[in-house]
Amino acid sequence: MPRELEPAIAQREFVLAALKQGLRTDGRALLESRKPELVFGEELGMVECKLGKTRVFANVSATIVRPRQDRPYEGLLTISSEISPMASSVYEAGRASDEEVAITRMLEKVIKRSGAVDLESLCILAGQRVWHIRLTLHFLSDEGNMLDCACLAGITALRHFRRPEVEVIGEEVIVHSPEERAPMVLSMHHTPICITFALFEDSSSPVLDPLHLESQLATTTVHLALNAQKELCVMHKAGGMPLSVEEIMKCVKIGVERVREVSKMVNEALEEDWKGRVVEIR
Amino acid sequence: MSTFVFPGDPVPIPPTPGKPLKLGPGLLHVPNADGSDSPDTVIATKAGVLGTNKKRKELWVESNAIRYVPAPQESVVGIITSRSGEGYRVDIAGAHTAYLDSLSFEGASKRNKPNLKVGSIVYARVSLAHKDMEPELECVDANTRKADGFGELKGGFVVQCSLRLCRRLFDQSYFLLPTLGAKFQMEIVLGLNGRIWIKTAEPKTTIAIARCIDAVDALSYGQEEVEALINAMDLP
Repeated sequence: MPRELEPAIAQREFVLAALKQGLRTDGRALLESRKPELVFGEELGMVECKLGKTRVFANVSATIVRPRQDRPYEGLLTISSEISPMASSVYEAGRASDEEVAITRMLEKVIKRSGAVDLESLCILAGQRVWHIRLTLHFLSDEGNMLDCACLAGITALRHFRRPEVEVIGEEVIVHSPEERAPMVLSMHHTPICITFALFEDSSSPVLDPLHLESQLATTTVHLALNAQKELCVMHKAGGMPLSVEEIMKCVKIGVERVREVSKMVNEALEEDWKGRVVEIR
Repeated sequence: MSTFVFPGDPVPIPPTPGKPLKLGPGLLHVPNADGSDSPDTVIATKAGVLGTNKKRKELWVESNAIRYVPAPQESVVGIITSRSGEGYRVDIAGAHTAYLDSLSFEGASKRNKPNLKVGSIVYARVSLAHKDMEPELECVDANTRKADGFGELKGGFVVQCSLRLCRRLFDQSYFLLPTLGAKFQMEIVLGLNGRIWIKTAEPKTTIAIARCIDAVDALSYGQEEVEALINAMDLP
């Protein structure tokens, strides 16, 4: 199936009629998000995030490279997010669909441009050697809101990852293996979490964490990225109907509450996983 | 009987005196090449558990599949994607879109053809399905040429499920439909392509039914769990 088909007339009418009554097709409340589930892999930096049936797997790896010429004191962070037909048969390998481009751009803004990772801390030898952190996202299943799932998986993977410790003596760089010296956390300024709202033509309230059918039928989609310190990192609204300031601020307020819960959940999940990995040698 | 078969395994044929044995998906009939009297062989082409329906003398392989492969005489729920010449192109969740001729409706003639809009939902029967051609549908019963339930489905809501569940739902002894029917008043149409069309008076009831179907499919709920789920919902 090369192109996605529009939903049937009956689907559209049913979803809109249900929304008028405050109902969603999977029984959630309008402003209720699916509960995210984080599953950590064996190696550090591997996380799978499940948001209902939507699943995204994130993997972080690090290599040492030459820095950019115009930024000799900063490390590099690249995000690879190609959607393969594994997520859904409408995605083609090689050709980037509109949704894939939108997701890639949003991930760049949320994780890279918001300064989540401290790039200066990745510098080993200014102008010569820096860490290049590579975050790869695999989209396993698409049941709506892949962006939120991907952001959560990516950010958690970056916090989960440990890079090898490096010792610099003069001009010499010694990389210690994880067996010699304990690997180090990536220095992160903050943990941005993405929240997506879908708005419909004749329904007044926005819908949080839309399903695939809901996002196909929505007239407007608003993506927000906030962190636990109540800072708004990114706001993305591409096209759709005009929104008033009150409506946007309503979304932001809901986002703040939601991000607080999710941040707490991420912290707890990371702590629990870390406890399982600590081995005491007597 | 739960025998596990792999592709290529010969399958023991249960004796069916009088009635011919129908082979469902995942099985291939290999007629005897030399025309001798020894019985023909049936080989499994998919990995899975053999399923039988002793009443109607059917045999099939139950595998974990989501993608529908059209087979003749199967009833499917389709969505019209475009008009094409004298008929319609219908999406039946398979690899190809199917073709539904405008004259394949009850009482249709050249002057009196149904006028279906793009995006309407139809319940049709697969009349022709070869693996290399696009399948063809008809909205009439094969023998009587009457609608018999086929045709356009107005309103309602379509839910997707796995192929295994929709085969099970056709079995009258499976618990789900009687359980739902006891609690809700509904109109339900089952497509063998993994699509179920539900229509009730209130969106709340349709959503409740959709959630029960999804719970049985994804979480393997049994009868008590489905009843507990329905009781937990806030229903009129």
